[in-house]
Amino acid sequence: MTELATTAQAKALHEQFSHDVMSMPGGEKIKICQQCGTCTGSCPTSYLMDWGPREIIAAFRAGMIDRVVKSNTIWLCTSCYSCTVRCPAGIKITDLMYELKRIAIKYDLAPKDGKSPAMTKYFVESVHKHGRNHEVELMAKFMLTKDWGLPFKFMGTGMKLFTAGRLPLVAKNIRGRDELDKISAYLDEQEAKSR
Amino acid sequence: MRYLYYPGCSAEATGKAYDISTRELMGRLGVELIELDDWNCCGATSYFSVRELDSFAIAARNLAIAQRQGDEDLCVICNACYTTLAKTNRYMAESKEVFAAVNGALGAVDRAYDGTKPVRHIMDVLINDIGLEALEAKVTNRLTGLKVACYYGCQYSRPMGAFDDTEFPVTMDNFFRALGAETVDFPGKVKCCGGMMMLTKEEGALRLCHELLKGAQDAGADVIVCACPLCEMNVEGYQPRVNKTFGTDFDIPVMYFTQLAGLAFGADPRQLAIDKQIVSCDRVVAAIPA
Repeated sequence: MTELATTAQAKALHEQFSHDVMSMPGGEKIKICQQCGTCTGSCPTSYLMDWGPREIIAAFRAGMIDRVVKSNTIWLCTSCYSCTVRCPAGIKITDLMYELKRIAIKYDLAPKDGKSPAMTKYFVESVHKHGRNHEVELMAKFMLTKDWGLPFKFMGTGMKLFTAGRLPLVAKNIRGRDELDKISAYLDEQEAKSR
Repeated sequence: MRYLYYPGCSAEATGKAYDISTRELMGRLGVELIELDDWNCCGATSYFSVRELDSFAIAARNLAIAQRQGDEDLCVICNACYTTLAKTNRYMAESKEVFAAVNGALGAVDRAYDGTKPVRHIMDVLINDIGLEALEAKVTNRLTGLKVACYYGCQYSRPMGAFDDTEFPVTMDNFFRALGAETVDFPGKVKCCGGMMMLTKEEGALRLCHELLKGAQDAGADVIVCACPLCEMNVEGYQPRVNKTFGTDFDIPVMYFTQLAGLAFGADPRQLAIDKQIVSCDRVVAAIPA
């Protein structure tokens, strides 16, 4: 994980992050959060978080970037959208969590041993390779690198799934799978141009 | 009645039964499903965490194909695919920048999309296009006496609430009541199952599943029905792990809602892939009057 050694670095990153967050559709609404806590109260996983979503918004606005990107909070968001539909200020909090995950990955601030960033990475790799997510490949990769114990914990159910034909070993490739690489390459190029 | 059909990646693996039972059910209702040609992964929640525009652009590839393939609405079965594809439409409509960027990216692969292909959840099609009265008239084996817990999950109506309420959806309950079942008051109906967190933070996801299973049991449900492969996998496949962690003895049948509905329209359990479930559904099948 990159260390944010100096306040100058943290300040520069905060400016970049703010730019990234504000440029997402509806991103500027983060400015009108009144810290009511409806998001944290609605969140099914907030009890596991270092800081709840309300605190993450406060910390983000205060420029406390370390607290935001190094917390486990953003990686525990399950995309249930409960906060988003309840936020009285109309802040798309789930989208904000996605944006913070993106920022953490982009600036290499995601925890290196984290399971969620790895899951995200393998998922995207699988889709780019086949055009579709090959669940078995994704799970195998994840187990090998992140969770050796998983096959043992999951043995009984795994065997049942396999015998029911619910774990096909061979991936299906779509014809246009090179299109996904081209789409990403185009967006990479555009992003580089805008910087 | 014809629709373009997007099965989604899970429907080719862990959620195979959802695809099989959907085709069987819709066939029996006289609805033709035309599979979307060469569809790709919608991007799900993982892609949003890489780059928002990538996510919209790869979802839009499917919508661009749909637009070229036919005038029919695009029918989607997986809650997550449904939300991702419909959200792409909404963001393209709300933001000129997103619209331009998506079409720029699609242009790189000789495609274009104007943002107007209707994306419909299968329950939306059943309730609003076919209608409860017509459905009720077609039932051959009423689900009389069966107590059903309708588990909508998160992305059925959140965040958009396009065809049902975000806090208290009722369409699935209405659907099963029309088929003769009794739907129980299930407090977990829109609560999260933990999703992918089952692999990345198991203890958190198990707790959520424990609450769901306990809620269904306390409400006296004979079966839990789902509309999302991830919900189904977690609530069904992880019952042994939940039992081990919390000292419980849950053995609750979990089905895709299309499987249970198929039985009401006279399909054989094998035609609905009910034999592919992990927790045996024999009790449920036996309880339905012939």
